[in-house]
Amino acid sequence: MALSSEALHKVYYTMTTIRQFEERMIKEFMAGNIPGFVHTYDGQEAVGVGICTHLTDEDIIGSTHRGHGHCIAKGCDIEAMILEIMGKQGGLCNGKGGSMHIADFDRGMLGANAIVGGGPPLCNGAALSAKTLGTKNIAVSFSGDGSSNQGTVMEALNLAGVLDLPHIFIFENNHLAEGTGDEYAVSGDIANRVASFDIPAVKVDGLDFFAVYDAMEKAVEHTRSGKGPYAIEADVIRFDGHFIGDPQAYRGEGELDDLRANKDCLKIFRKRVTSEGLMTDDELDMLDAQAGDAIEQGVQRGLAAPQPAVEELYTDVHVSY
Amino acid sequence: MSESAVNEHPVKTLREALNEALHQEMERDSRVIIMGEEVAGGAGCKGSDEAYGGVFGVTKGLGTKFGRTRVIDTPITESAIIGAAAGAANTGLRPVAELMFIDFIGVCFDQIFNQAAKFRYMFGGKARTPIVIRGTAGAGMRAGAQHSSMLHPVLTHIPGLKVVMPSNAYDAKGLMISAIRDDDPVVFIEHKLLYETKCPVPDEMYTIPFGEAAFAREGSDATIVAFGAMVPKAIAVADKLAKEGIHCDVIDPRTTSPLDSESILESVEVSGRLICVDEANPRCSLAADVSAIVAEHAFSSLRAPVKCVTAPHTPVPFAPVLEDAYIPSEAAIEQAVRETLGGR
Ligand SMILES: Cc1ncc(C[n+]2csc(CCOP(=O)(O)OP(=O)(O)O)c2C)c(N)n1
Repeated sequence: MALSSEALHKVYYTMTTIRQFEERMIKEFMAGNIPGFVHTYDGQEAVGVGICTHLTDEDIIGSTHRGHGHCIAKGCDIEAMILEIMGKQGGLCNGKGGSMHIADFDRGMLGANAIVGGGPPLCNGAALSAKTLGTKNIAVSFSGDGSSNQGTVMEALNLAGVLDLPHIFIFENNHLAEGTGDEYAVSGDIANRVASFDIPAVKVDGLDFFAVYDAMEKAVEHTRSGKGPYAIEADVIRFDGHFIGDPQAYRGEGELDDLRANKDCLKIFRKRVTSEGLMTDDELDMLDAQAGDAIEQGVQRGLAAPQPAVEELYTDVHVSY
Repeated sequence: MSESAVNEHPVKTLREALNEALHQEMERDSRVIIMGEEVAGGAGCKGSDEAYGGVFGVTKGLGTKFGRTRVIDTPITESAIIGAAAGAANTGLRPVAELMFIDFIGVCFDQIFNQAAKFRYMFGGKARTPIVIRGTAGAGMRAGAQHSSMLHPVLTHIPGLKVVMPSNAYDAKGLMISAIRDDDPVVFIEHKLLYETKCPVPDEMYTIPFGEAAFAREGSDATIVAFGAMVPKAIAVADKLAKEGIHCDVIDPRTTSPLDSESILESVEVSGRLICVDEANPRCSLAADVSAIVAEHAFSSLRAPVKCVTAPHTPVPFAPVLEDAYIPSEAAIEQAVRETLGGR
């Protein structure tokens, strides 16, 4: 289905928000304003947005350690995300989770996950709820190429197939798992593996928003109408390190320059919509600026926000001793 | 080895000490192999295959030296890693398997506790499973709830497993060599905050036997039993109190299974006061276990209630202010010691 002009604006706004959000997180991390381990999603925006544009707040996604982009695409409030990532009061998990554990159930965001392969079994559960309760909602799990090798993921595929669960498995193949390439670590091929479970599986160019969007449209049609699980393997790239601060010695000579010049999904989107007369450069620039302003505001609030109260250590858990 | 003899040795970090132990054992015994995610450095990328050496650099250089048939990079697949290591151990190899963060043990727990740990006993003594399972543990790096656990109590609970937790570089090397030579499955827990700590470490190989505690400080006023990264904190407290004339034994059990309860009991029989310091959650922790052992076997020696200084019974929080409050502090240890001394 062709996207309306309004929808296209929203798509680009979300993509540029993710890109600038991650660039800013890198800056704030380097400045010492963000603790811990942070994995950025820049480079993969077309996937998260192409997928989540088809989802409602009641549909559930399960994310990974590289979850910021999924959160933003699913509609999480960026200021509350920044507070969480900085470990501040008022963060989406009140500072108790951090970058790798952002969750926002009101937006159908079941949680980032710091255990590789942790998400797909949980998304089967969300799909089971939807199916049992007859809500017509669907669940979508995100996994990487590295994650596709976990037993938990393969078990989840099989169970989804056996129970005909409304679960769409997204595999973002950025060809890297830390410093291990999929060429080395994935025996066979992700989409083929999924197909062997009798689950429809397609491959798309994950740098092309429209390709992802179209593939997801078919997937959602299939799954929402009760035909069971579906899978999309998106061929994509990662712009930055595995985590912020990663020296990336595993990158080839000129690899990063080439990615930025030729495999930037935002540039690809811009070229397509301007050449087809769907949007103008001025409109896109304006959305860039608006997104930048919102992030700036969120960061300022985040920096100024207080830490959680120490008593929070003992809340949200049964403590007995 | 006497203290002065130890001090003539080159100073190394705990990371370097472990790396050296692995090098030397691989050189000595061709059956020793290493497997895990990026333990050889990574593979299948366009750039260097030595970007990593385990994410904390403990296995750096081993792949280059011994080749990738002995230092094996695996996919992210913990159950398959530990299962392969255990099966290989049953059939002639002596694998050292890395789990990166010990929290990931959740993914492969069956291969450890139902499989490797039970083989020797369950098969009537026929099986040997000489694997070392390495993992980094502990809070303090703002790594969040799924990358910061201390799981030694869970592992210590399992018959058949040995559990090792060094507190300094010297012990780390000797314990690692013992672990590799041991015929039982050993879980070797490395606290992330200790990798950069240093002390003199001999270049030559040496072993430290399991089940033999170290007395990091000696004194007859109170007994502090501390584990892993809590040991340096207990030492700092003991040194501070010593200046006031309060002298404590600081006992570092070094292995929680087997546990050197004899040394602990002997110390408490003299001091009459026990303070257990453990970064794990309190219920069924080593702190609780040591307290129970003392209550059972040295009750009449106690002159004050036992004190346990542990993390609270919560997962590890992310926010720095909360994580700092989570980790047992020197102040809390000091207060506990003073309380056992009636407020001195
Ligand atoms: C069970 C488990 N094993 C290992 C890790 C360490 N780890 C975190 S992310 C990662 C790589 C994941 O690769 P992939 O699934 O391709 O996702 P990407 O990082 O490319 O987004 C690894 C090995 C982990 N967090 N959990």
